[in-house]
Formats: sequence, C-alpha cells, structure tokens
Amino acid sequence: MNMIQALNSALHVKMAEDPNVLSFGEDAGYFGGVFRVTDQLQQKHGLTRSFDTPISECGLVAAAIGMGAYGLRPVVEIQFADYIYPAYDQIVSEAAKMRYRSGGQFTSPIVVRSPYGGGIFGGQTHSQSPESLFTHIAGLKVVIPSNPYDAKGLLTASIEDGDPVIFLEPKRLYNGPFDGWHQKPVSPWKAQPSAQVPTGKYTVPIGEAAVVREGSDVTILCYGTMVWVSLAGAEHAGVDAEVIDLRTLVPLDIATIEASVKKTGRCVIVHEAPKTSGYGAELSALVQERCFYHLEAPIGRVAGWDTPYPHAFEWEYFPGPERVAAALKAVMTGGAR
Amino acid sequence: MTRNTQPLSLRVPEPSGRPGDAPDFSHLKLDAAGALDRPAIDARPVQMLDLAFRLIRVLDDEGNALGAWNPRLDAETLKKGLKAMILTRAFDDRMHRAHRQGKTSFYMKCTGEEAIAVAQGMILSREDMGFPTYRQQGLLIARGYPLVDMMNQIYSNASDPIKGRQLPIMYSAKDYGFFTISGNLGTQVPQAVGWAMASAYKGDDKIAIAWIGDGATAEGDFHNALTFASVYRAPVILNVVNNQWAISSFQGIAGGMETTFASKAIGYGLPALRVDGNDFLAVWAATQWAEERARSNQGATVIELFTYRGAPHSTSDDPSRYRPGDEHEKWPLGDPIARLKQHLIALGEWSEEQQAEAEAEAVAQVRAAGKESEAIGTLGQSRPSVKTMFEEVYATEDWRLTEQRREVGV
Repeated sequence: MNMIQALNSALHVKMAEDPNVLSFGEDAGYFGGVFRVTDQLQQKHGLTRSFDTPISECGLVAAAIGMGAYGLRPVVEIQFADYIYPAYDQIVSEAAKMRYRSGGQFTSPIVVRSPYGGGIFGGQTHSQSPESLFTHIAGLKVVIPSNPYDAKGLLTASIEDGDPVIFLEPKRLYNGPFDGWHQKPVSPWKAQPSAQVPTGKYTVPIGEAAVVREGSDVTILCYGTMVWVSLAGAEHAGVDAEVIDLRTLVPLDIATIEASVKKTGRCVIVHEAPKTSGYGAELSALVQERCFYHLEAPIGRVAGWDTPYPHAFEWEYFPGPERVAAALKAVMTGGAR
Repeated sequence: MTRNTQPLSLRVPEPSGRPGDAPDFSHLKLDAAGALDRPAIDARPVQMLDLAFRLIRVLDDEGNALGAWNPRLDAETLKKGLKAMILTRAFDDRMHRAHRQGKTSFYMKCTGEEAIAVAQGMILSREDMGFPTYRQQGLLIARGYPLVDMMNQIYSNASDPIKGRQLPIMYSAKDYGFFTISGNLGTQVPQAVGWAMASAYKGDDKIAIAWIGDGATAEGDFHNALTFASVYRAPVILNVVNNQWAISSFQGIAGGMETTFASKAIGYGLPALRVDGNDFLAVWAATQWAEERARSNQGATVIELFTYRGAPHSTSDDPSRYRPGDEHEKWPLGDPIARLKQHLIALGEWSEEQQAEAEAEAVAQVRAAGKESEAIGTLGQSRPSVKTMFEEVYATEDWRLTEQRREVGV
C-alpha cells in the first residue's frame, strides 16, 4: 500500500470495528477527500459515518469535540495543515484542556488528521509544518508517520487513544518516499518494505521512536519526510549516522534519543518547519540537558528558513540532503560554522 | 465615479445612557403579554418571522398569565422555580460577599437573569447536556447540585470537584447535564451542536442546550454553530442571553443596533423566538416549544432571552463607569423573581409571608453550605494535593510530567 491506502485502510478497519468512529471533513465524504484518504468510507459505512462538512475548520473541530464529549471517536480531516489555524482555539483551549479542566469528567478522544509539509511546490498555504504550535500545548499528542506501515498503525493507535491527537501526514510521502533529491524520478512505495501493510488491524504504539538506520558517528533526530532526506543526507556525507524517526513528537521517546546520543556523542536535528522555536529547539534543549557530558560537538539543526514557505524557491527553502550532509560534516569536525 | 454630496462618516454605536444620564428605554418596543401567536412546532422559520423581532411575553404587569404561550404550569412547578431563583440569588449574594471578604479570587453574579437557567434547567433532564456560559449557575441550583460543591469549587479547596484547576465559577458537573465551562467565549456552542449531532447519529433521544451572551454572538463560533446546527438538523436549543451588556460594551456593539439577536437565526434557516427573559413562564414556554421541536427530530431553535444584567459583570468590574447607576431599577421588564412571585400571589398560591419565609430559608441554606465549605477551607487555606496539578493532563502521565512532578517534590 502507499501511504494514502494505508491511512484509508486504518479508517476502514476502525470504522468496521467500532460504530463510534466517524470520519468527516471538507470533501471527505462522498468524494473521499482531495487526497483520497477517506475514499469509499461513506459508500461502505454510510452517510452518517463519513460525511462532508461546511468549509469551517473551527466548526468541524468543535463538532468533533462535542461528539467526543458525548462518547464518539471522531476522526476529522483538515484539508491542509496550513488551514488548521481557524480551529486553533478549539484545539488548544478546548480539546487539549477538557480532561484537565473538568477533573476527568469530560474527555476529547478526537483525532485531527491533516496533510502537512512541503516539497510539492505548494507555496505559502499548502506546505507548512505547524507541529510546534501543537507540541507546545499541554494535553495534545502529536503524531507524524513517515511510511505506510507506521501510518496505518499510528492512525489506528491514535483513534484508540483517549486523548486528542494531532495527526500530521507528510503529503510529500503520500505516493512514495522522497529523499530530497528532487531532480531524480520519484520511486513508488511498493519498492519499500514499509509498504507491506497488513489488511487487518494492528497498531504502532504512540510514544515510541524507530531507529531506521543504526550508526555510530552521529544521531539524526527527524520525522516525516525528513526521515528519508536524513538517510540520503547521511549517505551523501559518507557519515555513519544513526537515524531516529521520532514518529511521535508528544509524548516523545526520550529514552531512545538519550541512548543513541550517548552512544554517538553527536546530534543533528532535521525538520521542515522554520528554525526559530521549531520543535528542533526543544529536541536540542533536551539532548543538551541529558547528554551534555557525552556531547563532542554542538548540536546541529537543519530546518526551514525563518520565512514564509516560498513558491519559486522551493528547493532553496526545503532542507535537502545536501544541507543535511553539510550539517553532519560540521558536527563531525567539531561544529565549526 | 460619483462624488459624495457629503464625506463618508463612520458610525460607532453608543448606548442610550452613560453615567450621570437618566436611563432611557424609549427605543424598546415591548409587546403586551399574550400578544403573539404560538406556531405549531413544525412551523417553517419563514412562517414565524415576527417571533424573531417581537417579544414573547406571558406575564402582564399585574402578574396574570396571558395568551397562547401560557405554559399553564401547576402551582408546585411555579413554586419550585421561584424557590430555585431565590436560592440562586441568595447564593450569588453570599459568594459576592465572600469575594469582598477575601475568601475567593473571583465571582460572577447572574442577578436579573435567574429565570433563564432555572426554567430551562427544570425543563430539560440531566441526561440532556447543557453547554453553559459562566452565568447559568441557576441550572445547577435548579437541579439540586450541592451548594457546598459549588462553593468548594469557588474556594479551590481540598474538596473542589475539579481539583483547584479552574478559576472560580467554571464548574463542571457531568451528572447534572452541565458541561465543563471554558473561559473562551462562544466555544461551547458549536460543541453543543456536535454533541447533539452525536445523539442523533446514535439514534438516542437526548438533546443539547447551549447558552451564549449577546456579546459573544460576535465570535465566529456562533456562526459555526448556527451553520452546523442547520446543515445537520441537530437537536439542540441555542440560547442567546441578551442582557444588554458585554462587560462595558452595550449590545449595539455586538450587532444588536439594527436587528435582534434572534433574527440572526433566520438567515441560517433556523426558527427564532425572542422572549422576555424576566418572565419565567415565557422562558418556560419558548424552551418547551424548542425542546419538542428538537425531540421530534425537526432540529434546532434559536431563542433570544431579552433581559438585563443587574449586577456588575464580575467582581472585577465597576458598571458605574460606563452605564447609568439606576438603569437596572428602571428596566421595563422588571425582575424575574418579583414577577413570578406576583403571579403566584395573583393565583392565590403564594403570599408575602411565604416569600419572606422562602428568602430566609434560602439564606439559611446558603449559610449552612457556606459553613460546611469554609470548614474545608477558603482560597489559600486549603487546596487539593499539589500532585493533582500534574494529573489528567492526559489519560496517563508521560515522563515529562513525572519528572516535573518530582521536581516540585510530590
């Protein structure tokens, strides 16, 4: 399966299993979603279980919160993460705080799915990576898969989780892995082992990172599309990097990170989102706090620039393998800038 | 391009009176009690347009119940409602005083608006979910929620049902059909629609009821709620409590200058009822109409409850700085408690002596609860374990919270 089919499979399986699971969003009903993730859900499970909503991100998330309080398990789609901001108040002030502020009387077991990330010439409002706006909020979980197997398993786990989950889907990876070498033809998912996706139910636990490449020189912390870019960057640099796909940003698998950095003594963090106050800053601070005496070089960060996401400058903006390689070489030589 | 004969000018709405002015309500067009027809519950919104612009009233100035909207309640129900309103006011008075005495950090009264939450709380059941604002405490009181638990929340003491996490009055009482209050205005209204959609999806028979103030109707959430309620025909009652004031801003600033808040429902294809919010019987009748409509799967109703915020916005507010000091006393729709009392007396079911007795009884009940709660502790004298600060952020505590909790030493 490609990532779209894997996500779609997770929804079909959970909806077949649990009548309290609903899926809705803009164009997510009859049409099956602009990216096809909700394809055939309505036809298979019925009009009241998978339906189209008005173009109101705030309204559809609010409705999901009300449904969650009633006892349902709604999975909503925000067509692009760039359009999640109208729902920010509902997510941050309501869903995230409901269990806490009500002393556990009310909960918000909702999943907010949204395609995110760049590398598709999406310009300013079809490319953003807003994860740090959610990792900063107590009460939210933030999940980002990087391959079809994890996408299905993590989405299934997110639907079953009792807390609100922001589930960001790297749309650049929907149809195939992308390592940032944009001039090369893109290969489909089927060549990858992670495209072997069981048709039945399984979960990938929330809160567990995956070591996707073992190495001894430097630890790369990354997620989403940047997992593939980081692998390519390590190869380009000829550095024996240990690549960790975080998979879940909150709660973070700190044990895996700590063990790896203590082993390698070096760390590079890679994300598409702008650098300033990006999630990389948090990761860097955690590594510094916990691995200080094991570090042999300053922690490196490769991120999007502190600009809005541009259109014409796609490949100057998008952190590609060459930038990752440069950062790896820098930390291997003591972090000289 | 055609030139203007005069330059353009910007209109900024202003209320009819400011401090020092005599209150002026001459602009209000108030219908006589019993003047309006009661449509069938399956009436189409366009068939009942006048109800969005006029005012449904049942009680006249002599306390007689008139017209098609008279819900013909039995005396026991009326007395129960009156006593709950009296108790709500006594509770407010004591907690407002408790703030002045430094026993809590904050309080908000609902003086003048008691009929709304009390009547509506009595009509719907605890299984229906209410999505209140911070000014529907009458809902809890009408349903017999323990006063001492309300006070424990206000004092953030060791017995606070929500564990000292929330600002006073942000109650949460699931078993009483009272949704957790949020400080963010308007957010609960589209949530109520979602809750109602869930009930409909499950083929349940429960409905939702939400409240929003006149000021907060300007929030996008109000628009979202009406859109979703209409699109999915959600079984929900959407109340706009128009108490004329949003802190210091009069209702014209919220968009009430050129139209009524009830009328806003019409563009969404929802029926609208505009009701005398100080008339217990009119509130009851309108709510019952909306309830029947929702329960019979015909969807949502918007009710504007026309009332007046008698007290300061909160203990942090001084209304004498923005409105005439005696405006509340001059409010032409009077006081909800006085009007229901007059009606019961007119029916021969109540007397001034019984009223005085009920008021004394309410004060005693509040005092007894106050003693019990204060024995547990007022703000700063008692609180839940600090450990609970880290609990229920998530279903289970993650390592960050465990570490931070240990850092605090708990």
